[in-house]
Order: sequence, then C-alpha cells, then structure tokens
Amino acid sequence: MSDLAIHVTDLTRTFGSFTAVDHITFDVKPGEVFGFLGANGAGKTTAIRMLIGLLQPSSGSARVAGYDVARDTEQVKRSIGYMSQRFSLYEDLTPRENIRLYGGIYGLTREQIRQRTAEMLERLGFSSIADTAVRSLPLGWRQKLAFSVALVHRPRIVFLDEPTSGVDPITRRQFWELIYDAASRGTTVLVTTHYMDEAEYCDRVSIMVAGRIAAMGTPAALKSEFGVESIDELFVRLARPEAGGAGKAGQVGQAGRAGGG
Amino acid sequence: MTSLRGLLRKEFFHIRRDKRTAAVLIALPIVQVMLFGYAIRTDVDNVRLAVVDPAPDSATISLRDRFAAAHVFRIVAVVPRIQDVDPLFGSGAAQQAVVFYPGFADDLGKGVPAKLLVITDATEPNTGSLLQSYAQSVINQWGGEAGRAAGAGRVSSAGPSGPARIVTEVRMRFNPTRESKNLFVPGLMAFVLTIISSLMTAISLTREKETGTMEALLVSPLRPWEIIVGKVTPYLVIGFISVIAVLVEALLVFRVPLRGSVLLLLFEGALYILVSLSLGILISARTSSQRVAMMFALLGTMLPNILLSGFIFPLESMPAALQVISYVVPGRWFVTIARGIMLKGIGLTYVWRETLILGAMATVLLVASMRSFNERLE
Repeated sequence: MSDLAIHVTDLTRTFGSFTAVDHITFDVKPGEVFGFLGANGAGKTTAIRMLIGLLQPSSGSARVAGYDVARDTEQVKRSIGYMSQRFSLYEDLTPRENIRLYGGIYGLTREQIRQRTAEMLERLGFSSIADTAVRSLPLGWRQKLAFSVALVHRPRIVFLDEPTSGVDPITRRQFWELIYDAASRGTTVLVTTHYMDEAEYCDRVSIMVAGRIAAMGTPAALKSEFGVESIDELFVRLARPEAGGAGKAGQVGQAGRAGGG
Repeated sequence: MTSLRGLLRKEFFHIRRDKRTAAVLIALPIVQVMLFGYAIRTDVDNVRLAVVDPAPDSATISLRDRFAAAHVFRIVAVVPRIQDVDPLFGSGAAQQAVVFYPGFADDLGKGVPAKLLVITDATEPNTGSLLQSYAQSVINQWGGEAGRAAGAGRVSSAGPSGPARIVTEVRMRFNPTRESKNLFVPGLMAFVLTIISSLMTAISLTREKETGTMEALLVSPLRPWEIIVGKVTPYLVIGFISVIAVLVEALLVFRVPLRGSVLLLLFEGALYILVSLSLGILISARTSSQRVAMMFALLGTMLPNILLSGFIFPLESMPAALQVISYVVPGRWFVTIARGIMLKGIGLTYVWRETLILGAMATVLLVASMRSFNERLE
C-alpha cells in the first residue's frame, strides 16, 4: 500500500443530487505513466481535483504520495506537481521569472532555483527566450515550459490536465518525449487527455464514463480484451451504450468521436 | 440592409439575455435619479444650534424661543459661557451657536445696538453660508417685531420706534475662508483609497482567476490566506503611499490645514484601507470575471463613497433614509474623522466612536472575505 504512488478506493463526489464521481477505485505505481481518459462531463476533472487537494471527497478515500488527500492535503500539495489546462504560467512574466516564482512557492533555495533554471532552459532549448514575456511564445513552447515548471521542485507525482490541447501532432509528440523523460527518472505521471492516440503512449489507461471507471488496464490488454483495434474504438464502444441510460452520459457518445484517431 | 438588420437584432438579443447589463441599463438611471435627486440638496434643516446665554432676560428668552420655533433649527444646548460650545463644535454636536451678551434686553430698550455673535461650523462652506443666512433671517425677523413691540410699549420717546438694532458678528469656524478645497480634500483621500484598495484588489484577484493561474496557486502549498496577503499587500502599500502623497499635495500645494495629529490621520487611513481591501476581496470571491468585479467595485464602493460619505454633498441635507444608509458606507466615517482631524484639530477623544466603527467594519469584513475565499475550495 505505501509504495503505491496513487491509491484510490471508492472515491465519490456528489454535487447535490448529481454524482460526478461514482465510487472509483484504482492504483498507480511509482514511475508509471497513467492515462486518465473520459469524455467531457465524465468526471475526470472532478476526480483529479480531489486527488490534488482542490476538492473534498464526499466519500471514499485516496492516498497520493502516501498522504491522505482529505486529511493531509498540505503534504499532498507539497509532493505533487500540477499543470492545468490553462498552463498556469503568468503571461506577462518571462520563463525565468515564472520558474523563480514557482520555485520559491515550492520552497526551493535560491541556489536550487538558479541551478534548475539553467538546467531547464538548456534542456528545452529556451536559452534565447529565457527573458521574453511568455505571452509572446508560441503555444507549444508554453506547454513545454509549463510542464517543466510543474516539475521544478522534483515532485514524485505530476498531474497533467489535458496538457496537449490545441497543438499540432509533432509538438504533441515532443511533449510526450518530455513526459517519458520524466517518467524514466522515476516521476509518476497521471495525464488526462481527449486524444485517444496518446492513450497508446501510456503504461496503463482508465476510461471514465458517467462517473465510473468503465475499463482499466494496459492499452494492449484492453484492446485484446474488448476486441478492438484502437483505444478510440474502445472508448466509443464504452460510451455509446450508456447514451440512453445515465442522463449526463448522453453527451459522452458525441464527444468520443472528437478524439484523434 | 438585411445584413445590418440581422446585426441590430443580434445586439438586442445580447442586451436582453445579458441580465446584468440589462439590469444596469434599466435600473441605473432610475437609481441615479433618485439618489442624486435626494442627495443633492442645497438647503439645510434640523440645524443643531447651541445657545450661549450668560444672563438670560426677557429678550434673550424671546429670541431663543424664536429660534426654537423655527423648524430649521433644533436647540441642542443652552450654556452660560462661550467656552462651553468648544467641545460641542469639536464633537459635531453643534453646527452653529448664537451667543448673547449680558444686558441684551437693556441695550435694546435703550436703543443702543445690541451685540450678538453667531458662530457657524464652516467645514462645509456651502452649508456654512446657508446656516449663517438662516440665523440672520431669524434674528432680523425677531428684531423687527421686537423692536416694534418695544417701541409700542415705551412711554418715553427715547426708545426706537423702528426695528431693534442688533449688530451680529459672524464667525465662521474651522474654515474661516470657507474654501471648498478644505471640504474636498479629506473626501478625496477616501476616494483615492477606495480606487486603489477596493477596485484594484478586486480586479487583481479576478484577473488571476480568469487566466487560470489562481488554480495553480491553490494547488501549491500556499495557504489561502497567504495567497490573499501576497496579492493584496502591494495595494496596501501603494494605498498608504497615496494617502501620504495626497496629504503632502494638499498641505503644500493647496494649503489645506492639518490641525490635528498626522499619525492619527495615517492610522485612520490604514484602517480605512483595510476596510476597502476586504471589500475588494469579497467582491472578487463572488465572481471570476474582471469586468463584473470592476462593475461591482464601482457601484458598490465608489458610488456610495462619492454620494453618501459627505464628500461633496452634505449628509445633513439628505432625507433620513439616505442618512441611515450612509451609516454602512465606510467612507462616511473616514471623511468625518479626516475632516475632524484636519480642519478641527480634534483627537481620538472625539473620534473614538467613528474609529471604533471603522475598526469593527475592518474586522468583520476581513473575516468575511477570508471565509468566502476559503469557500472557493469547495
């Protein structure tokens, strides 16, 4: 139990009469790249918000980096990195300033910040634009920078919420190389995405439909279990049957198609 | 033309469906007309009058009764010595004082010009002039009748048969030159502080929300109060510097007097900044849009502070309902305090009540704003 990066048991969250996350249970091992898939409204974002300490669970439990998200939220926050959909960078600050800001917030010393800034800028190839305001940078570069900033304090786990939205396939590939790089150094990565081809890049994936986990496993295992050629196909198949049944999931069928093929 | 028509129709849809804009468009003119109509009144009533009567006699009592009977005035105190009105003016208990001298009736009877002194609190110069002329007209009226009565009752022809001769000395207190800048500057300080503390804070916090960086901050080990303090402290500092800048400019360039304690004034300014900051935080907790935050800040903090703080339009002229509402406008208390300190030179002994109110507002609002910011996590 204690060597699991993320351990979720019957995690539930309701908003009034609506159940956004319905008793989900799953584990993520250290160093794993775990894909958290699901259509809009399936409950992915709510689940993530509970895991990163932004939302209290209604019931059930989750342990992230060994800490209980409900009771030890502070420790959880210190142990994780997070890259939100809107990238969390300050547009009027430069990359260097953004790194220094988040480094400071996460308790790094000045020396550590200086060191890691140099490292980061070199690895990303950002030395030439280190002092340009982020708003002048192209989207793909911002995403890579945001990812690195999320890792500035070398957290054991990093949560990425749709990190490659709106970017061309080549840039997405490059981003995934960064993800693999981090994973190879022992960082656990939990990433949500709409792009079903990215699902193939993950060690394991889970597919959420109407608040529940409809399928979970390695991409290969899932494909053979369900007899499909791609995760995209699997996704559509899982989402469709629910379309008539569980209310909110009605939208799921449509959204499933939106993923890349 | 049909393309233009489509555009026009779309615009109407926008207005109709954006309830907030619609409310502003419809409600604002109505509210404004009412507020301005009632707030901007240049006449005064319910004037608090103190009477100094060292040697009451038939004439003084008669004139006092005349003042009491006039609806415009309300006698708040009758004291024997002129020094006794100082604390009344200082605390604002009296706006005007009529000072008799011993032998009033005798002088009138003898036909010797009887002296009267009218002291008016001129911190609000427009009101000051009005009060002065009201008092003067009461005196003249009484003088006319009393004179005729005295003349009719006299046997000897040594007495006058015309209006009594009363010489009124006028003293405008606190603001002898009745300069409006003295009136405005304290209010201006409150105004500037409101812009910086409420408006800018609200905008800054909601901008963070709009760009999404607020979420990143909330996920970090930073605690909510740390985020607020971090976002808001620069505005606190800037606000403080602004107060000092406005003061310096007022003193040096406009030569507004500063008769009281500078430290006390700065302390009260700091209190007021805290209140405004809390309001800014509260506003930002209710919305994620900068535009809405700005609107709320303007309507909820700046408009009341301009209209209902006594900044430009005297509170005493307003209908009771508005005066009651002004009690919850923080600017009102600060303007009273600032004017008192700057123009009247009074200290904490006189403004402790207003200071306490500001302090209570600051505490309540700070707690409320912290609480509502925390609620966001749910």
